[in-house]
Formats: sequence, C-alpha cells, structure tokens
Amino acid sequence: MVSVSPSDISRSSRIGWEQRKRKFLPYAYLSPTLILLAVLTVVPIVTVFLYSLFDNVIVNPNPPEFVGLENYEEVLTHRKFRAAVGNTLYFALASVIVHFIIGLSFALLLNSRLLGTNVKAFFRVLYILPWVFTASIIAILWRLLMNPHGVINFVLLEVGLIPELLEWLSDRKLAIHSVTFINIWSGYPFYLVSFLAGLQGIPDDLYEAGRVDGGNAWQLFWHITLPQLRPIIISLALLDFIWTIHQFTLVWMTTGGGRNTEVLSTYTYKAAFSSYDYSEASATAMVILAICTFVAIFYVRSQRMADD
Amino acid sequence: MIGSRRQILIRKILVWIALILGACFAGLPVLWMVSSSFKSNLEIFAYPPALIDESFSFQAYEAVLSDPGQLRFFFNSYLVAILVTICTVITSILAGYSLSRYDFRFKKVLSLIIIGVQSVPPITLMIPYFGLIVWLGIYNSYAALVLTYMVFTLSYAIIMMTGYFNTLPRDLDEAVMIDGGGSFVTLWRILVPISLPGIVAVGVYTFMLAWNEFLFALTLTRTNDMRTVPIGIHLLMGQHSFEWNQMLALSVLGSLPVLILFLLFQRYFIAGMSAGSVKG
Repeated sequence: MVSVSPSDISRSSRIGWEQRKRKFLPYAYLSPTLILLAVLTVVPIVTVFLYSLFDNVIVNPNPPEFVGLENYEEVLTHRKFRAAVGNTLYFALASVIVHFIIGLSFALLLNSRLLGTNVKAFFRVLYILPWVFTASIIAILWRLLMNPHGVINFVLLEVGLIPELLEWLSDRKLAIHSVTFINIWSGYPFYLVSFLAGLQGIPDDLYEAGRVDGGNAWQLFWHITLPQLRPIIISLALLDFIWTIHQFTLVWMTTGGGRNTEVLSTYTYKAAFSSYDYSEASATAMVILAICTFVAIFYVRSQRMADD
Repeated sequence: MIGSRRQILIRKILVWIALILGACFAGLPVLWMVSSSFKSNLEIFAYPPALIDESFSFQAYEAVLSDPGQLRFFFNSYLVAILVTICTVITSILAGYSLSRYDFRFKKVLSLIIIGVQSVPPITLMIPYFGLIVWLGIYNSYAALVLTYMVFTLSYAIIMMTGYFNTLPRDLDEAVMIDGGGSFVTLWRILVPISLPGIVAVGVYTFMLAWNEFLFALTLTRTNDMRTVPIGIHLLMGQHSFEWNQMLALSVLGSLPVLILFLLFQRYFIAGMSAGSVKG
C-alpha cells in the first residue's frame, strides 16, 4: 500500500531544501572573500589590461584612443625599460640565491646538536630580527650605515679593505649591489624559519641509516638533507622570486630608482605618478604581472605535488 | 661515537664562532640604529664613530612623541592594522571553513585563485586602484587602506586557516550537526575555540603585514592626518634638512609594536612566516 502522508511530503521537501542549502553554503561562507577579490583584484586587472591597450587614459584632456599593442611595443623597445628588466632580474636572482645560502647555513647552525636549547632559542630570535622591520625602516637603517661618512666606510677603511670612502648608494656601479645586499639582509629569515621547520621534519632514521653505510657529514648533507628539503627549497625560491619582483619600497626609499638601480616597480611608479603616462605604466604593470604569473604557475604546481 | 673530546671541543668552538658572526650580521645594524637614535643630529656621522657618545639623550624621542602630527601616524597605523586584522581573521575563518569542510563544484578553481592572488604585484593593482577607490568614494580614508590591505592578507590567512581546520577531525563537527546544530553553530562553538592557536597565528601575521604596508598608504591617502608610520618616515626623509635622529627614533618606535608581538607570540609568528612554503 502506497500512501503519502502530509508529513512525508514536508520531510522530503525539507531534505530537498537541506540539500540545496548544503550546495549553497560553501559559497555563502566564501562570499566575503570572493566579493572582495572580484572588486579589488579581478576588476583592477581587467582595467589595467584595457588601459594598456589605449592611449590618453585617465587625467588626459583627449579622449582615449585604442592603439592595440602599441604601448607594449613602445615599452619593450625602450632602452630604459630594458635596463629596468635587467636590474630586476639581477636583483631577484641574486637575492634568491644568497637568501638560500644564508638561510640554510643559519638553519643548519641552529639545528646543531652541539648547542643547548636555550642558546638555540636566543639566537633564533636574533637571526629572525631583520624580518620584523618594515622596508621603509630598513631603508633608513642602511642609509645610515652606508652613508659615505657612515660606520661601514669607517670600519672598512680602518681595516684597509677599501682605499677611500665609497658612495655605496649613489655610485652608479655600486648602488644596485648595495640595494641587493640590503634586500638580502631583510629577507633571509623567511628561508631560515622554513628550513628550520623542514629540518625538524627529516626523520632521524635516515641519518642513522646513512651513518651505518659509512657516510660522512658532507655526504649525509648532500644525499639526505638536501633531497629532503627539495620541495621547500623550490617553493621558497619561487615565492621569494615573486616577492623580490614586487619589491618597491626598499628601492624607492634608498635610491629612488636612480643611480642605475631602476627596477620594474619603480619604473612603473614613475611612469604613472611622475610622468602621468598611465598608458605606458599600465603596459609595464602588465609585463610585471605576466612575469609573476609565469613564476606563480610553477609555484602552484610545486604546491600541488607536495599535496599528492 | 669515536670523536675524541678534543675534536668535539674544536667543533664546538667553530660552531660558536659561526654563531657569533651570524649574530653580528643580523643584530649589529639594528643595534646601530637604536644607538644612533639617542645621539644628537650632529653626532650621527661623527668621526670616529662611537656606539654611545656624550650627546646621549632622549631628545629625538621627545621630539617625536610631542609632535601631534607624528602621533597621528601611530594612531592611524594602529587603527588600520587592527581593523585589517579583525576583518581578515573573520573572513578567513569563514573561507577556511568552507574550503576545509565542504566539497563543491568550483572548489579547486576558487582555491587556486586565492593562492594565486599572492603573486599579483601590488604595483599592477595600484594604477586602477587609484580610479576605483575614488569612484567608490573612499579615497583618502581608512576604508581605502583596510580594503586594499585585505587583498594581500587574505590569501595567507585563508591558506593558514584551511590548513589548520584540516588538522581537526571531521567527527567533531559532525557530532554537533547530528545533535541539531547548524553549520554556523558548529563553526562558532566547536571549531573556532579549538582553533585559537591558528587564529592567533593568522592575527599576528596579518597585523605585521598591515603595519608594514607602504605603497598603498602612499598612493591612496593624500592628507597627513590619514597617513601611517612608514609614510611618516618617508615624509621626514623628504624634508630639506635630514633630522636623522628623529627619523631613527620614529623608526625604533614604529618597529616596537611588531617586535613586541614577535617576542610574545614567536611560535605563532613563525607559523605564519612558513605557512606558504612548508606543507602542513
């Protein structure tokens, strides 16, 4: 006998409602994030892309004029822009490589069995210290130290390492290296912290087995430590590369992008806010976005592999 | 092990030498900044330089702390950083809950977009932001800073929160659901209280990012009463005479909030730092 009572109907419609609610809920929870990202990321990126295809955009009496890829052509053939690309790549690559070396050395040092727990804790805090300071403060700090009459020149001169006072941040040949050095100082703690976490995750058995096989310290490092840290190294390097390309404040507040230290971000900022050429600025902004997206694809892939 | 005592001693000495060299690299520049902030402006580049000289005084700090304009920078920085932290924490708890506990159609794409936002260069967004923020009617306001900062804090916060929720067993919330609690009740009563360490990590890290932001604070505010500490330092630098000791005092004072947070919540802070690179 099949009979449908009113309560059955209300139950089944309630289940339907529950199912719909369950389908809809995850989006509801995500909605604040999605709205914010849509308005403040997707819309601006589309806008800047459109700007880059037009001339006379924003603060310009003439009506916008569609020019296709002309802005890109103009920018990419510009000598100054090419110099900025070169500087940015040097700045980013050198930072990533030296960050890696310093970060891993400090992490191995802090992981040494020869040190007590309290000693490690103290030096860990000290080594992470540069990370706490914001870029504008780091810029002030190093302008103080690297001043021609500053303490760095004094020490190097006294020791005899340099023959005369050097203009670390205003010499056209030196400045880009000085700025890179400052970025290295401010960024290595990120590697240190990640490597410390990574080192603690390597099981002791691996080292035991390696020692039984007669491996020395160097072999253990090369065949166990490095391969075990590989996923972290890859994602750190890619993230850091992206962040270094984003870096604006440090360069802006040390050299202002002058003295042959122009990087893509300062170049874009000047095009927009000094020359008010928003079309050109939009084109360079898209070039930076393209570089970062390209690197980010590898980053997301490496994260996916770590998840599998 | 066969290593003799002598060998161990030598290795210990070498480790300590390396340790101290590293400490000099990390700490001396900071020490110099702090000590210089107590010098008179004339003595900053005195020859030969001394860590502490006879001009030692709190004069630069007094100058900063008695200037209402400079204090306003601090007020703005605190207000903006706290608002960003609260908004980011709440939004990321909701988003993390969704990504951790539900399976839905566009989950992969959406989480990919959220991760991908980290790689969008701030400078790329800056040009359209200018127009967009004016159009929204929030140019030169706290709202402009809070909303734009969230674009860059949310990504990490959501990754961290999702990761944290993933470590908690699903049985926990399902038990409450069976008892008739809705999903929101479950999240609020069960997951949030036991996720406090994760939430603190998100909060501390967000505060630091917001406190330190420079580019948007520079371009999206116009008047000094809306500006934050990093911009205040920038403004001091642009003046004709370099008041080095005041700039350094402002820098030291501007670093204190994050430094204190870092010392108090070291573990959480470090969890925030390594969230992007270490899986887990």
